[in-house]
Amino acid sequence: MGVHTYVAAAHPNIVVAPPTSVGRILMRRVAIVGAGWAGFRPQVPELSFRELVYEAASRAYEEAGVDPRSDVDAFVSCQEDYWEGIAIADEFAPEPLGAVLRPTYTVAGDGLQGLAQAFMMIRSGAFDVVVVEAHAKPSDIVTLDGIYELALDPLHVRPLRPGNPLFTAGLDAVAYMARTGASRLHLAMVAAANKRMGLSNPRAPHAARVTVDDVLESPTYIYPMSQLEVAPFTDAAVVMVLASDEAARRLTDAPVWLDGVGWATEVGTGAVEFHEWGRMPSIRAAALMAYQMAGVDSPASQTGFAEVEDRFSFMELLALEELGVAGEGEAAAMLERGDLAPGAFYPVNQSGGSLSVGVPLEATGLWRALEAYLELRDNSGAYDQPRAVVASWRGPPTYTSAVAVLSAV
Amino acid sequence: MAVEKPRRPGWVEPPGHYLKSREMYSLPGLVEYKPRARYLFSAGQAQSRFLRGLREGKILGTRCPRCGRVYVPPRMFCEYCHAPTTEWVELPGTGRVHTAVVSYIGTFRERREEPEIVGVIQLDAPGYVEGGYEFAGLFHRLCGVTPEDVMSGRAIGMRVRPRWRPPEERRGDVNDIECFEPIPEGEG
Amino acid sequence: MRPNIFVKDKVAVVGAGLTLFRRRLLETPRELAWEAARQALDSAGLTFDDIDCVVMGTAPDAFDGVHFNGEYFADVAGRNKPTVRVYVGGGTGVFVPIAAWWHVASGLCKTALAVAEEKMSPAHPHPQGVFAYIWDPILERPLGPNLIWIFAMEMRRYMHKCGATKEIIARVSVKNKRNALDHPAAQAAANITVDDVLRSELLVWPVNRLDISPVSDGAAAVVFASENEARRITDSPVWVEGIGFALDNTHWYNRELAYPRYVNYAARMAYKMAGIERPWREIDVAEPYDPFDYKELHHIEGLMLARPCEAPKLLEEDWFDRSGELPTSPSGGLLGVGNPIAAAGLMKVAEIFWQLRYEAGPRQVKKPVHYGLAQAWGDLMQVGTVIVLGN
Repeated sequence: MGVHTYVAAAHPNIVVAPPTSVGRILMRRVAIVGAGWAGFRPQVPELSFRELVYEAASRAYEEAGVDPRSDVDAFVSCQEDYWEGIAIADEFAPEPLGAVLRPTYTVAGDGLQGLAQAFMMIRSGAFDVVVVEAHAKPSDIVTLDGIYELALDPLHVRPLRPGNPLFTAGLDAVAYMARTGASRLHLAMVAAANKRMGLSNPRAPHAARVTVDDVLESPTYIYPMSQLEVAPFTDAAVVMVLASDEAARRLTDAPVWLDGVGWATEVGTGAVEFHEWGRMPSIRAAALMAYQMAGVDSPASQTGFAEVEDRFSFMELLALEELGVAGEGEAAAMLERGDLAPGAFYPVNQSGGSLSVGVPLEATGLWRALEAYLELRDNSGAYDQPRAVVASWRGPPTYTSAVAVLSAV
Repeated sequence: MAVEKPRRPGWVEPPGHYLKSREMYSLPGLVEYKPRARYLFSAGQAQSRFLRGLREGKILGTRCPRCGRVYVPPRMFCEYCHAPTTEWVELPGTGRVHTAVVSYIGTFRERREEPEIVGVIQLDAPGYVEGGYEFAGLFHRLCGVTPEDVMSGRAIGMRVRPRWRPPEERRGDVNDIECFEPIPEGEG
Repeated sequence: MRPNIFVKDKVAVVGAGLTLFRRRLLETPRELAWEAARQALDSAGLTFDDIDCVVMGTAPDAFDGVHFNGEYFADVAGRNKPTVRVYVGGGTGVFVPIAAWWHVASGLCKTALAVAEEKMSPAHPHPQGVFAYIWDPILERPLGPNLIWIFAMEMRRYMHKCGATKEIIARVSVKNKRNALDHPAAQAAANITVDDVLRSELLVWPVNRLDISPVSDGAAAVVFASENEARRITDSPVWVEGIGFALDNTHWYNRELAYPRYVNYAARMAYKMAGIERPWREIDVAEPYDPFDYKELHHIEGLMLARPCEAPKLLEEDWFDRSGELPTSPSGGLLGVGNPIAAAGLMKVAEIFWQLRYEAGPRQVKKPVHYGLAQAWGDLMQVGTVIVLGN
């Protein structure tokens, strides 16, 4: 039975397939043995994107104790041409990673999709150590809205001249609120909480001491969201080193395991009309795939915390429902009860999320995985279930998402 | 060994409808769109210093402390050792033509009135094996080289040096070098 | 990288499909991708519901004029499926099946659809303009380069180093365009002579118009399945024996251009995995990447199917004809069938699949075939991607 057959049964109540334990035992386990980051500022004008990646890569290799020239079997870089301003941008991938003349390629997608590729490469048995990189320099792009507009369907959406190319997020937010009864107040609570949590994160340039009232009173950006509910952009680079279980045990005493990955595209950007408005079925499909692999039936009780999509405030609530952490339409109530705060029932986005850190374009998903990795590496004792769910959406106008399950045990 | 009987592929007529140029332009619903895509690229540490060097009439490179390779254009890290390149060196600028071609078209495939000669210049730099696979070099225009030189092969291996623009015209740009020109006999 | 005895699931190719390759097609990129996918599934007797995972390929977004071009037609095989777009410039066409291989070999997907699409005709005034943006924006773009320049430079260097003449190199174009006469999707099939090539429009000496593949629209798709699935689907699966890929440094003007070492690295990776020690004897049919005629020779040498500088001599002896010792580009290649970049690479993989199933009809090579190879190349003369198939 293929993975997609589970997905067909998705609505309205989440149906999680039982873990295929036989498959899990036979499979090689995959670990994260090192990670590095650089940038995470609104602008990094002093470094080219190559130098930014070099810095992140050096840190990751140092932590993992690997020499990229001899110990790494393959490299995955995640980037998109128009973000880089270079057609065929993967030309520039190998040098800063130490990947010259080595098996290297690009995923034109989110860093979390790249992580999934590396996962499969290791699972295939042909590769032992694989490096995943994603970077972003949105500050180099003068016409960011023009690039977003270029992502819309050229024949039947662009000619409508939507003033703000991110308008689809507003449509989803309104539909989500109408369906679940979540209010603007709930959305503002998400933004205020995440912006404050980011204050203790060294990677969060957009963190701030703001109140719910500040959020509600800031100018509207895309109705129903105000300026403070839409994540700004960030320059950053993230590099992760993945290894098979044999290699991981050689390299480290405390690997963080990547136990499940999932990724899915609901509809193409050429068919946005067919999107289920107010929902994000791609997160649900990706989550089911990842949970099945990791043997998770009930994410809220079998994992300890989550880093989830929040580039728009409503997305955090919607993502929690699609992930099965909250029941259908119940995420707002969990938020009200304080269940999602650090140290509470199920902490979500303790890093501050994208609302604090920003959106480092294709590095967004990989950065969320980085936050979960660092928390599990340094602080796993604080959780009954030292496992984490990472979920990232690729952002408008796409309907592609990826999910990963990380574990410290 | 047994060879299977030849079979036909699963498809015979591939789908698709060919359009002549005129047919395409007369289609209803043809949408014209000019992307708004502008960038301000950060040159970064290595290239910024290289460009400042050009403005001063110098070709600068970086040296890898581990393998000794000299990089032009400079990088902040060695591609082969993944180590930071800490030392800056100034190159004489002289070199040999590695390859050269005669271009009769421009960037958008428009015909040029006068052909342009461009090539790869292998610069004189320590750190590389003579005649090896890798070298320090630049991609640039060649002047004082004729199309016949290129076609006959005389141009390849020719000793060349940069022809700089006057200092007041230099802008910290690769075009501060007007072109590379042959070094007259006896000088190089 | 380990040899494939360590690989858990054997992976088979079970179907392939193409659209027409033409200068301008009426179909949108979405429609092209879907048509190719449908052809591939039909040929395997499968439906879209049978596909678990999708791997997509398309080269620069700027041709289609869509940012996130992979997302644009990502739902080509259905909603909510694991879908990803991989990308290595011109090498993408052969990289898509490489990525599809590990989707299946990892056990995550039982079937995977590899689909590649390119629609170059929307770019105006000429698709060549898109290539203005592949250069280093600071060090190269200010010189106003044209893509054909760098290939001409490489060809010039190859001619110099190997003593190959324009006349010999033109024979590749003659051979491939003639081979393409038997290909139903072909755009540039023709019976031409070496003189026709030499007398065609001079673009950048040593490159004339007929030394280059055309600008094309088109799509291709290939279906992969795990061993168990493949045995259910077909009696004659073709197996993926080896994959290889390597990416050289960005600074192409800091390297010897006469020999493609990155193709060699990729090939050795694929041979190692496939357990092939003497590729020049063990490979029976090859589809080396031929966007320019000299590239086919260049790549044959990189793939170790001939010694360095030996390919022009073997070409003169008709070694690479369909009836020759080692047929190359029996499909007609990019020079004959057309060059919708990513789709062209996947077309080569499809051709090897048909050759190994003895289904290539009039294009079938004369000798018996066991192992076939497809290869693509791209970026700034940097990428080699190689896949070895066996029957």
